Amino acid sequence: MITINEELCKGCEICTDFCPKKVLASSNTINKKGYYLPAATHKDKCTGCRLCELMCPELAILISKE
Amino acid sequence: MKEDKIFHPRANKYLRTEMLPTAFCPGCGCGTVLNGFLQALDELKLDPKELVFVTGIGCSSWIPSPYFKGDTLHTTHGRPIAFATGVKVMKPDMKVIVIAGDGDIAGIGGNHLIHAARRNIDISVFMVNNWNYGMTGGQVSPTTPFGVRTGTTPYGSAEHQLEAAEVVAAAGANYVARWTTYHVFPMVKAMQEALRVKGFSFVEIIAQCPVSYGKMVKMRRGSDFLKLYKEKSVKVEKARQMSDEELEGKIVVGKLKERKRTEFVSTLRQINERFRQELAN
Repeated sequence: MITINEELCKGCEICTDFCPKKVLASSNTINKKGYYLPAATHKDKCTGCRLCELMCPELAILISKE
Repeated sequence: MKEDKIFHPRANKYLRTEMLPTAFCPGCGCGTVLNGFLQALDELKLDPKELVFVTGIGCSSWIPSPYFKGDTLHTTHGRPIAFATGVKVMKPDMKVIVIAGDGDIAGIGGNHLIHAARRNIDISVFMVNNWNYGMTGGQVSPTTPFGVRTGTTPYGSAEHQLEAAEVVAAAGANYVARWTTYHVFPMVKAMQEALRVKGFSFVEIIAQCPVSYGKMVKMRRGSDFLKLYKEKSVKVEKARQMSDEELEGKIVVGKLKERKRTEFVSTLRQINERFRQELAN
């Protein structure tokens, strides 16, 4: 399961650019600080490699087993 | 409210979560280093009470300084290794970790780095190399690549880059590695190895600065740098078979050196003990 912490995200888009399966994509949702948040669009494709979780500079993504 | 703000179990264990979100710019590599380091600590199951973080001045010195729960020394510019040496000699049971930037460790405190490596004192140094002095607005640093425009070299840097990891390897450190923020999994592994090694361990992490450095080289997104690191990096095994001309502009990544020299603090204690015994007889 992909959880994105909306308060911590700064919209740098590293997760959307480097997700090997393109699970994450930019969305039009804006958080309180005005950053565009990523969204998990293809959750079924996620292999749980945790690349986005470790690459996120803001500790805003958590991959967990359902 | 503060409780649900953070959901990373390891962040709750090691970080002062009330300080989050971090002070870093969007897309900054320091955050990735913080994240990876947290993972390394969590996998090694280290107690935050056994850790001493020593940092200097600069963006990357903000990685441990307000965020980690361990004891923290935020020292003067360029001197974190000097302070860390003092801490380690007086508290040999504590794990002393230095996380600071290239300006701090390779630039202003370059001599401390070389001599701490030569002494082989048991501290772990993580140098976050963003190729410039980012906090002050992007001035040239000893690790800026040749010919790059920065705030103080508007016509391109005339100086060549300092390869800090190679210098430390030559100076006598027990463990030397270099990775970039693109290589997160090997970076975490190298951090763990560095924390486990007895003796001076040094990990250079090339991290992006999309704001101060990026504005001069027209790379405004963190991902632009990560793609560059992916293209330019060469594994150390492959790099050994390449000529100097071929390696120009490349980033050599991997474990550069591992040796087993005796460590400084234990040797110092042995000498002291011997002297005490001689005095008693």
